[in-house]
Amino acid sequence: MTKQGLLAGGAMLLALAGCASTAGAEESASSAGSRPATTREDRIANRDPYPSTYRAYPSVATVVTNVTIFDGEGGRIDGGQILMADGKIVAVGQTVEQPAGATVIDGTGKWVTPGIIDVHSHLGDYPSPGVDALSDGNEATDPATPEVWAEHSVWPQDPGFTRALANGGVTTLQILPGSANLTGGRSVTVKNVPGRTMQQMKFPGAPYGLKMACGENPKRVYGERNRAPSTRMGNIAVNRQMWMRAQEYDRRWDAWEENGRGNAPNREADMDTLREVLDGRIQIHNHCYRADEMAIVIDMAKEFGYTVSTFHHAVESYKIADLLRENEICSAMWSDWWGFKMESYDAINENIPLVHNAGACAIVHSDDPDGIQRLNQEAAKALADGRRMGIQIADEVAWTWLAINPARAIGVDEWTGSLKAGKMADVVLWNGNPLSVYTRPEKVWIDGALMFDANDPARRPVTDFELGQPGEGDVK
Amino acid sequence: MIRRADRRRSPLFAMLGIGCAFVGAFTGYAANAQTVAITGGTVALGDGSAPIPNGTVVIQNGRVRAAGAGVAVPAGAERIDATGKWVSPGIVAGFSRLGLVEVDAVDETNDVAARTSPFSAALDVVPALNPRVSAIAISRNRGVTRAVVSPGIGAAIFAGQGAVIDMGDDMNAVTRPRAFQFVELGEAGARRAGGSRAASHLYIRTALKAAQSFQRDPGGYDADSRDAVLPRTDAEALVPVVTGRQPLVIHAERGADILQALALKTEFPQLKLVLVGATEGWTVARQIAAAGVPVIASALVDLPAAFETLSATQSNIGRMKAAGVQVSIGMINDNDTRQARQSAQYAGNLVALTKVPGATGLQWGEALAAITSGPAEAMGLGDEIGSLRPGRRGDVVIWSGDPLELSSAPERVWIDGVAQPLETRQTRLRDRYATPTETALPKAYDRSPSTTR
Repeated sequence: MTKQGLLAGGAMLLALAGCASTAGAEESASSAGSRPATTREDRIANRDPYPSTYRAYPSVATVVTNVTIFDGEGGRIDGGQILMADGKIVAVGQTVEQPAGATVIDGTGKWVTPGIIDVHSHLGDYPSPGVDALSDGNEATDPATPEVWAEHSVWPQDPGFTRALANGGVTTLQILPGSANLTGGRSVTVKNVPGRTMQQMKFPGAPYGLKMACGENPKRVYGERNRAPSTRMGNIAVNRQMWMRAQEYDRRWDAWEENGRGNAPNREADMDTLREVLDGRIQIHNHCYRADEMAIVIDMAKEFGYTVSTFHHAVESYKIADLLRENEICSAMWSDWWGFKMESYDAINENIPLVHNAGACAIVHSDDPDGIQRLNQEAAKALADGRRMGIQIADEVAWTWLAINPARAIGVDEWTGSLKAGKMADVVLWNGNPLSVYTRPEKVWIDGALMFDANDPARRPVTDFELGQPGEGDVK
Repeated sequence: MIRRADRRRSPLFAMLGIGCAFVGAFTGYAANAQTVAITGGTVALGDGSAPIPNGTVVIQNGRVRAAGAGVAVPAGAERIDATGKWVSPGIVAGFSRLGLVEVDAVDETNDVAARTSPFSAALDVVPALNPRVSAIAISRNRGVTRAVVSPGIGAAIFAGQGAVIDMGDDMNAVTRPRAFQFVELGEAGARRAGGSRAASHLYIRTALKAAQSFQRDPGGYDADSRDAVLPRTDAEALVPVVTGRQPLVIHAERGADILQALALKTEFPQLKLVLVGATEGWTVARQIAAAGVPVIASALVDLPAAFETLSATQSNIGRMKAAGVQVSIGMINDNDTRQARQSAQYAGNLVALTKVPGATGLQWGEALAAITSGPAEAMGLGDEIGSLRPGRRGDVVIWSGDPLELSSAPERVWIDGVAQPLETRQTRLRDRYATPTETALPKAYDRSPSTTR
């Protein structure tokens, strides 16, 4: 971009930021809901300074008939029907009411599921093309950066979003900072709907998460610079020091908020995030491969009084599935990644079914712009490997790994993650059994709006980046 | 993940074959001269044909004697009932680095690339191969029986000579040593050659001319000349390439790069080229087909992960096939040290495309061929491996179901007619932790053998 272009872009952003309080019918590309931080309350309490401007796109009442339904919570209906209207699931059952004028789709031989939710993505932060200029996922300048927010790196023009939609049936994803740092920053959860701005994708009401990382990455990245941490014990030491500071910060603010006397304590961006964690408004998403390290993190969370939602990558969860069940921590896992680094050496194909079988929460995640296009296949592989060792899990139950479980882990299960009446109509129609390699999404609805249709090239998103390039608008 | 570090991708390889192929096979033959007849299964030959219901496969003297419908079972053969199962040739990993790495990010165990070696083209993966790396057993466990194994580039754009190997549970892995030379001509090659594609192309042409010069007069080759780009050893190693006795496997992704690679044949007409990667191959498929150059392509690349793959689509292979290109599946830079077992899933995904409007996929038989006979033929080994046609090596897999389907797994595997164990570190860990809690003693005392396979 030319210097002139940069200036023009800046001016436009400023102009948009100015049209602040017009939230409502008119969509704004910018923060329609953001307010100027002028009041005392805003300075100390605005927990949503970059609010979602997501609006559901128009939808028509739609019924799919004679279709196999996995409801995402473990339920299944063969030869069933589903009605979506006004962006919501209205009814799911053997038969449903068909409103006059509704679009009726014959689902014979097809499957309907809730849209897939990826609890671990870097789309937008590490977009395609993977050039340095767009590499925005690790603020690897300090081992603890709770002050950075993944949403401030998300490039909405990442073509990866469109592939996750069209090939993967992914409707919701949590975008996390990378794992170079022990504490990498806040996550953001987005609906997989293209937007001009990150805010237009942002899932309304979704809580933030905080990314943390165990193991090899932080100790290598910082150890190579001859600074802490350079060991696993260093990892925990730096973490504990951070939490001790956060507790002190939290106490200071609690006291001030309680008695209201004098000046407010200084705000610190890093400590603000950690205070949210200690207050239970943000849960931890912890990259952690090894069982022994997970056990230490569990105790560290108890020591400081915070909650780990999910261990990500979790290749050794099968070794401590009982501990994870007791502590109600989810494991986000691949089906068969192994051996790329020392801490992934003990990965086994049966990890997911073993965790599930032990009564702990199992999630299939991607961490990968290719893998996110085949999360259903990852679940299918894990399911089959489990069955071969005698763990019988029904297909529809395995779908919880892609739906309600990640929804709960992120904190959006109130709105999505299953085909329950009143929830967002985030729905995929598959052209066959979605646990087969021969099956692909045929239609994907997000909040009832048809965002992908394999039969209609006009329902195939093309990012700005790909417009005018070789292959524009191709099947991908 | 920390983007670069967790990435399970590493550089690629290439290979091609010449010369004596039997280095590793004979020990097995003696031990396993028994004749095996697998009956009643759905037999997929791997040659592109449709599967045959209720077929028979006979393995004798380490090779496939016959396969298909109406095949007689020889007297005295061990009969194996495969009713309800599928039988196929073992998968041939079309482009891999199997056998060269135990753990990618543990440098001491990673022999893919020689970054500071003074040599390049002369490097030979054979001494670096370790049949006992975990990836070999894990690949075998999922029906991979052979692999094209390439080095990755170090200081120069020539990575060295790759091999074709087997996944057998023995120390004789090499099917064909020095099967090909591997060179990087895309973004990676440009960077290594000095910073531009102009530099990488000048380098490869200069190097091939040096090989010609060496061939004409080995004694007169002056590696110390200020104009020489290759040490004697490397110049000598490129003689089989420039004379067409050893395939030159070229990694190129961009349409323009592919055409430039093909153009090398104008200047060096004897080159036997094979393309690897070729994500934009569909955009120049007519030219590739006309050149008669086989392609070992990446199957599921559909993102512009780099500017050299802007037009990436999963329909790439199907479109090249439709244009008459001899195309198969490889996994260059895609977990190529460990995950060749995903080849079947990749092939299945190409079949899935046949149901997607506007997409171009492969028919089932073509898809299986893309991971069996396809890579074998690209390496000039189609008469030896990659199918169940009579006379091929006895690399046979009995699958629980359709080999390309996610729910299927191998139940029996033979390599060179030798029945193979399917146990791995992973199956041992699985069995130890089938229940996570300890019993009378800590888990460290639990070495119970696999109960399944």
